[in-house]
Amino acid sequence: MIEQILTASVFASMIRLATPYIFAGIGETFGQRSGVLNLGVDGIMLMGAFFSFYTVYATGSLVLGLLAALLIGLLLGLTTAFISVTLKAEQGISGIGMYLFGLGMSELLFQKLIGTPKSVSGFPRLYIPVLSDIQFLGIGEIFFNHNLLVYLAFFLVPVSAFVLNRTTFGLMIRAVGQNPEAADAMGINVARVRYMTVTLGGLFSGLAGASLSIALLNVFQQNLTSGLGFIAVALVYFGRWKPFGVLAGALLFSFVNALQLQVSAIGLDIPSEFAVMAPYVITIIALVFASKQTEKPTALTKPFERGE
Amino acid sequence: MNNRRIQHLQMQGIVKRFPGVLAVNHVDFDVRAGEIHALLGENGAGKSTLMKMLYGLYHPDEGRILIDGDEAKIRSPHDAIQQGIGMIHQHFMLVPSLTVAENIALGMKSSRGLVLDLDVVSKRVRRLSEQYNLKVNPDVPIWQLAVGEQQRVEILRALYKGAALLILDEPTAVLTPQEVDDLFRILRKMTEEGHALIFISHKLHEVLAISSRITVLRDGQRVDTIPTEQATKLKLAQMMVGRPVVLEYERHPCQPGDERLSLSGVSAISDRGDLGLKEVSLAVYGGEIVGVAGVSGNGQRELAQVIAGLRPVTGGTIHVGGLNVTGKPPAAMNVLGVSYIPEERMEDGVIKEFTVSENLVLQDHGRKPYTRGGIFLNFHVIAKTCKEAIRAYEIKTPGADTPVKSLSGGNIQKLVLARELSRRPKVLIAAQPTRGVDIGATEYIHRRLLEERSKGTAILLISEDLDEIMALSDRILVMYEGRIVGEVPGGKVDVRRLGAMMAGATLDSVEEKA
Repeated sequence: MIEQILTASVFASMIRLATPYIFAGIGETFGQRSGVLNLGVDGIMLMGAFFSFYTVYATGSLVLGLLAALLIGLLLGLTTAFISVTLKAEQGISGIGMYLFGLGMSELLFQKLIGTPKSVSGFPRLYIPVLSDIQFLGIGEIFFNHNLLVYLAFFLVPVSAFVLNRTTFGLMIRAVGQNPEAADAMGINVARVRYMTVTLGGLFSGLAGASLSIALLNVFQQNLTSGLGFIAVALVYFGRWKPFGVLAGALLFSFVNALQLQVSAIGLDIPSEFAVMAPYVITIIALVFASKQTEKPTALTKPFERGE
Repeated sequence: MNNRRIQHLQMQGIVKRFPGVLAVNHVDFDVRAGEIHALLGENGAGKSTLMKMLYGLYHPDEGRILIDGDEAKIRSPHDAIQQGIGMIHQHFMLVPSLTVAENIALGMKSSRGLVLDLDVVSKRVRRLSEQYNLKVNPDVPIWQLAVGEQQRVEILRALYKGAALLILDEPTAVLTPQEVDDLFRILRKMTEEGHALIFISHKLHEVLAISSRITVLRDGQRVDTIPTEQATKLKLAQMMVGRPVVLEYERHPCQPGDERLSLSGVSAISDRGDLGLKEVSLAVYGGEIVGVAGVSGNGQRELAQVIAGLRPVTGGTIHVGGLNVTGKPPAAMNVLGVSYIPEERMEDGVIKEFTVSENLVLQDHGRKPYTRGGIFLNFHVIAKTCKEAIRAYEIKTPGADTPVKSLSGGNIQKLVLARELSRRPKVLIAAQPTRGVDIGATEYIHRRLLEERSKGTAILLISEDLDEIMALSDRILVMYEGRIVGEVPGGKVDVRRLGAMMAGATLDSVEEKA
């Protein structure tokens, strides 16, 4: 039975399904490392998913669809930065506001502009000569049979780790998240760094949404993400604020997702509700352990104000 | 980085207003290359505000800053660093999770563009630390360093950034006497190299020891600037407070009575999770003040808290008046006559949003005469008692219904003192009773403690201020890493010896060297 469940295609969908988690989680990592918690990720993802879907639906252009997701992600990221950095709003609450806005607005626009569920042809799988054909252990199918956004997401992980750990910008982000007073005293513009990271997070959330609607599922419907953005936020804690940690968490979740699909596909006698619940239960368990970690940016959720 | 030298910096007619307060009122100040100019004043006199304007953290409402005769625009710390001005803050501006080199590279251009050049930074840091004799390993994270080392990192960083003028905001507050000596050596070396230094402090003897000129601020105004040769402790204190002050107290000889408080082999876990208090034994008798000296974080906090019943004891016993009270809650300790002046007065001493009168009856509101039948508060009695306390303890407040958070640190401490002493304690634990309190209120609090001593109260005075310990204590215990490492009689104490014990040397080894 194990062979029936753990097939190459399960691992292939694990890789594929990790994509939105990685995009959203990496984006959120930048924000949190600089001290801003953005709980609105799911809302921004929904907006990104809708705008990219609608653009592709209307124009047929995948490039325009991707740009639409990036643009709306950028705008909503800037809005989040404005609310949490400039207006210094309570980040937990304002993030929920952003989520509800994205949830409602994407649904409204969907009803007005499209109406009934439709599908588009999204990013096609890329055939990579030689690599895609490797039969050994199903490597070709598992690793080299995906669309562009999947590769982009995985490529982003080492790049983000490099940016955070090896660049001057990354050093500023870490300093601002740990001790904004010290960063300020060293002539770093705390607000500007946070605007940049939160906007970057918005951009990646938009991409995460697009990866669902025009690359993995190629449909749009109400609440397409079904809370995936919140799991991405949790993954940042789970991954101890490190890009590779987020990657590990993303793979864990996408693996459970893929298993769940496989289990129901082969008709095993497990109530599907259990399978659907599994990722969320794992989230909570993972967080109980992750919350004991001390790598957390000490200034997380604390607005910065110069003063005595 | 730049190698510009600042020959003469002037601040002219500087004014800074905060809502409802004139924090700095037309102040002139100047400093030259090769000198240490001390800025002396009480808390809230405007020293830090003035210097934060020089460093670009605040913007003056009026006045101008001249560097070598040219007006300088300093809008942010970045501008200040560009102009060759560095600042060592009272609370270190270091990121604990980052290494020394990373902290120094922070906010600086890298020689490799966007990519960090930590190896280059490390090499330069090592060179600089040799030049100024500042020993620091650039590759360890800040949290592993002792406080004195962290301060050296701050100084190195300022030098690395090419600071010609360095502002030091209360740099000795967290150091042992030996570390202060090291710091002073470094500062003198810096003046020899042509740096201009501004030394902010409220400690008179340090200012007298290190500076060449002294400017005294009071209530946002400059009282005077005098050459250090012409200054004495008494004169400076008078300038700071605006009236004659007493620096040494008259006290009658100690006549210890019965044993009021005793600890034997008491251990406790600290907030960090390690053993913060290790088998501490001590006894305090009625009518004496026992001082506990030590560098911050060596178990003093835990000691005060176990006696007050606020921290669980993991070993040993505590007796009050012969009664075993180990593990008893704070309320029980109160009833037995233990009063506690906590170290963190804003967090543990008062409820800041509550009024003066509410805070005064915080412990006894459920007892007569403050209550009717144990249910209703008797506001009439509370108001009357409060009025008396405010007068008796010279608490400066607009009224009994003012929220405590709008009072000054000194007045809040007087309020805590009023509440704790009005209960006629048998044992008083005073933890850092004058930290952040101005000279006037400090003098008042010290007098009150000595009065309690005369009344026969057993007082355990825990303080990081050695001057305070030496001025008040009949016996001095020294704490290091959770243990009591030595006891010396009060009165004439050798500061050097005390300092060595605070740094971990045992009494025997200190005496051998002497």
